[in-house]
Amino acid sequence: MNIHPNYFYSKNDEWVSVEGNKATIGISDYAQDSLSDIVFVEISVSVGDSLAAEDNIGTIESVKAASDIYTPVAGTVSEINNKVVDSPELLNRDPFGEAWLIKLSSDTGFDTSHLMDADAYRKYCEDRG
Amino acid sequence: MFIPHTDADRESMLAAIGKKDLNELFDVVPEKYRFPKLNLQPGLTEPEVTFLLDEISTANLSLDHTACFTGAGAYHHYIPAAIDNLISRGDFYTAYTPYQPEISQGTLQAVYEYQSLMARLTGMEAANASHYDGATACAEAGVLAYHQYHGKRKKILVSAGLHPHYLLTLKTYLQDFDGMQIECPKATSLDEISPEKLEEKIDMDTALVLVQYPDFFGQIQDFSELAKAVHEKGALLCVCINPIALGLLKTPGEMGADIVVGEGQPLGIPLSYGGPYLGIFTTRKELIRKVSGRIVGETVDNRGQRAYVLTLTAREQHIRREKATSNICSNQSLNALTAAIYLSLLGRDGLRAVAKLCYDKAHYAAKEISKIHGYRILNQRPFFHEFVVSCPQPPSDINQHLLDHGMIGGYDLSEEYPMLGNAMLIAVTEIINKEDIDDLCEMLKEGEHHGRH
Amino acid sequence: MDATEKTIFELSATGRKGFRFPSSDVPSSDLPESLQRKDLPLPQLSEVDVVRHYTRLSRLNYSLDNGMYPLGSCTMKYNPKICEKAARISAFANLHPLQPIESVQGAVLILYEMQIILQEISGFPACSLTPAAGAQGEFGGVKMIAASLRDRGETQRKIMLIPDSAHGTNPASSVMSGFECLAVRTDERGNIDLNDLTSKCNEQLAGIMITNPNTLGLFDENIVEVIRIVHQAGGLVYGDGANMNALLGIVKPAELGFDVMHFNLHKTFATPHGGGGPGAGAICCTEQLKAYLPGPIADILEEATEEVPPLYGYRMPEKSIGMLRSFWGHFGIIVRAYCYCMMLGAEGLRRVAEYATLNANYLMEALKQDYPLPYDRTCMHEFVLDVKWPDAPGIRALDVAKRLMDYKFHPPTNYFPLIVHEALMIEPTETESKETLDDFIKAMKSIAREARENPELLHQAPTETPFGRMDEVKAARDLKITE
Repeated sequence: MNIHPNYFYSKNDEWVSVEGNKATIGISDYAQDSLSDIVFVEISVSVGDSLAAEDNIGTIESVKAASDIYTPVAGTVSEINNKVVDSPELLNRDPFGEAWLIKLSSDTGFDTSHLMDADAYRKYCEDRG
Repeated sequence: MFIPHTDADRESMLAAIGKKDLNELFDVVPEKYRFPKLNLQPGLTEPEVTFLLDEISTANLSLDHTACFTGAGAYHHYIPAAIDNLISRGDFYTAYTPYQPEISQGTLQAVYEYQSLMARLTGMEAANASHYDGATACAEAGVLAYHQYHGKRKKILVSAGLHPHYLLTLKTYLQDFDGMQIECPKATSLDEISPEKLEEKIDMDTALVLVQYPDFFGQIQDFSELAKAVHEKGALLCVCINPIALGLLKTPGEMGADIVVGEGQPLGIPLSYGGPYLGIFTTRKELIRKVSGRIVGETVDNRGQRAYVLTLTAREQHIRREKATSNICSNQSLNALTAAIYLSLLGRDGLRAVAKLCYDKAHYAAKEISKIHGYRILNQRPFFHEFVVSCPQPPSDINQHLLDHGMIGGYDLSEEYPMLGNAMLIAVTEIINKEDIDDLCEMLKEGEHHGRH
Repeated sequence: MDATEKTIFELSATGRKGFRFPSSDVPSSDLPESLQRKDLPLPQLSEVDVVRHYTRLSRLNYSLDNGMYPLGSCTMKYNPKICEKAARISAFANLHPLQPIESVQGAVLILYEMQIILQEISGFPACSLTPAAGAQGEFGGVKMIAASLRDRGETQRKIMLIPDSAHGTNPASSVMSGFECLAVRTDERGNIDLNDLTSKCNEQLAGIMITNPNTLGLFDENIVEVIRIVHQAGGLVYGDGANMNALLGIVKPAELGFDVMHFNLHKTFATPHGGGGPGAGAICCTEQLKAYLPGPIADILEEATEEVPPLYGYRMPEKSIGMLRSFWGHFGIIVRAYCYCMMLGAEGLRRVAEYATLNANYLMEALKQDYPLPYDRTCMHEFVLDVKWPDAPGIRALDVAKRLMDYKFHPPTNYFPLIVHEALMIEPTETESKETLDDFIKAMKSIAREARENPELLHQAPTETPFGRMDEVKAARDLKITE
């Protein structure tokens, strides 16, 4: 199971990668594997929306399950990945790279203190089995 | 009665599980509550229950030899013989929900064909495998609209032309749910039931506008302008239809509807004293993921054969549980099959024919009734096969007179719609003969002359 | 050989005529052109085409008339043919719901009598037959609880407790009635964990939804205590009656303390499943809740005298939650259930529970040698196996289920309840003979052997059926739901 070393992780298996005042959000390899073949992605926020941490940003659906997705950090939506909406299978192939979901911007930076780092997340996944 | 075990079977099975008698199986039930006496009649054999049911049925007046002029959401149409013949096949009616598609292609393909027929009939792009009836289909449209706007739009605007049971059902589902309000502007006459009156009330808090076509009083109206007004405010338009009427009438899809619902009973399903019926539900394709209920989709199997399977199941209650958009579990599968067979047998020309027969006979009846002194047709707008008649006496008295002469009159509107006065809703389907209509008129004249109190 | 059947659209041919109506005996009337539809894209088929098409389709189905469905929680019992005949009696099938009440006394009598029968079986004093299905019955029952709490001024009670073994309709129905769901644990004996339950009972508790016997097929050994705890905390107890088949004549749920309960006529009362519906539901409840029942409800409006029979009619309960659907209920289904109950009588109903439970325990005892049994105590009408073989780790419940089809059995319910990961929930029902059960046991044992000796047989299964495993991903990704 892949875990990107520089990202932060939420208990709901979202990852966030921070670069200055921009953050990118996606779901982890563990998440896409649990869902198995993903057939549909819905992003329910729009560019310009102001989000608080843990706001719902959409749903991901596979043949046997559906998961709600939440943003781990607060910020303003600056970009939405339409490629993954058009080709949901990207999420199974490249959850940490091409299949990012949304990008946020924030002048005051992002608070990741409540999130897990790669090692903590690895342990969290192992404990769950 | 339908238990095949012999005494020897039972004894050998009890021995195999180490129990001395059947009672021992229920030791876990607290003794105080165990084995209560059921105060019910002793069981009957098949001949006895046949006799009993035949007896009970004599207290009912079937429509076999009785002309019925009541519609109001359920219609007496001719049911082709091939339908019951096919749906009585054990492989259809004793089959379970097609969760194992490898051995359920009969049901799955039939439902796929039903979905396709409903989409074409209503002029829409997507359909589900059905809801319970027209009323619950309306309620599910409301539920869809609620979820479409994530609960942020709280108003459902309903035409006064919607079937009263449907409005009540919608309220049971959604009134006060998370602040939802169902608004139904009152009308004091048939004329006041119009798209323009609804347009005035649409605002940015409106999630859904719901109209009926033809409406409860038979009126046909074009909702194209209403659709534009609804969309301008970012809301959804739902049109509740009669499927026979769509054999002739412009489709809601053409008008710009987002959701089309309706009662499918007229499509070969027996009246059956009110149920089970068939809830038609079709939408634009963008809304398909918010649609509740089962959906069948096309795919291939691992041998490369085209096949059908329940799809988008992740939306449903057994997976989403409390996050499901609705709790609905079943569909009306056998009734959907019935509707598909009916439309297959009638085909394009047959549906047009039955719709035209209903239209013509209803208009003949309206013309003849309006000639009778004291009777007036209240419908000013075009109507399909139902119309409102203003009567010189209470409809209940008139209907009593008709019943005494072996005929069932129209639906008495005077209690629920007092602003219409002594009004009756008359429906005429293709199964009614000209003689029936002429007889009806004779009796209406008779009743009027006798001046019943 | 290709088993596919063309669709009606592929079979259609322009100009082909099917059903004909008589020509009109009245003059033609004009419909304004602006209201006419331009085209009507329906197929054109002859009657022969239609009959052959649907007959061929029916042959692709497995059905109860064909073989057993050991589907846990579905109660797939034999559908008596006399019930089909009953529903087709013209004076039942050809009745308009809005006919004058005096012309449908036989119909309302059946509704009324069926209410009485269900009340007697369940021990409750009141019943509504308006729900179109079990899920509607649930929704209605939970709404009744919500209405009752509102009237008591206790709107702070927002939490509905739901055992982790519950059917998905339970939380879905709760949410639709405005409640929040909180899961309650099932312990190692398959009972509701009393400590967990007690810790969740407080002033926010609205109630609990209990299925008893539960979806593991187990009668809760502490059911009376569970109900007492909830009542003491001020909550109400909803009973999911899907598993009533095990309780007929064995216990009356009302006596255990349930406040409101739904029943599934297409499960316990033998009405056919129809390929997924129509079914019918019923809601029964206590004196305290009966004013909230959905209506209208059948009742005697005027008592019988020496000369005339009673006058049957309808009334709306004073504080009814409203109508769940149009008209009076699924009368066509209720006639079948009534016919079934009249044939069984008190003794017959009890035999149903006895033999359903005997059959389930017989299977459980035979199969537990080959399949892990997570809860090893006497079950009721169903039980759950967990397909977890240390020496065949690649085999899952799905593989066993698919392989069973090659043995000409419909698979049991799988992956439910969620608390057993590789669950196979088996409910034979009372209408299966010992011979059928023995064949099923043989098949299951054989599959257990194949899992070790030749697992590919399971992974590739089914191979003996007209169709093989479906590409469900393709169905969802390349969505095609209409032709």
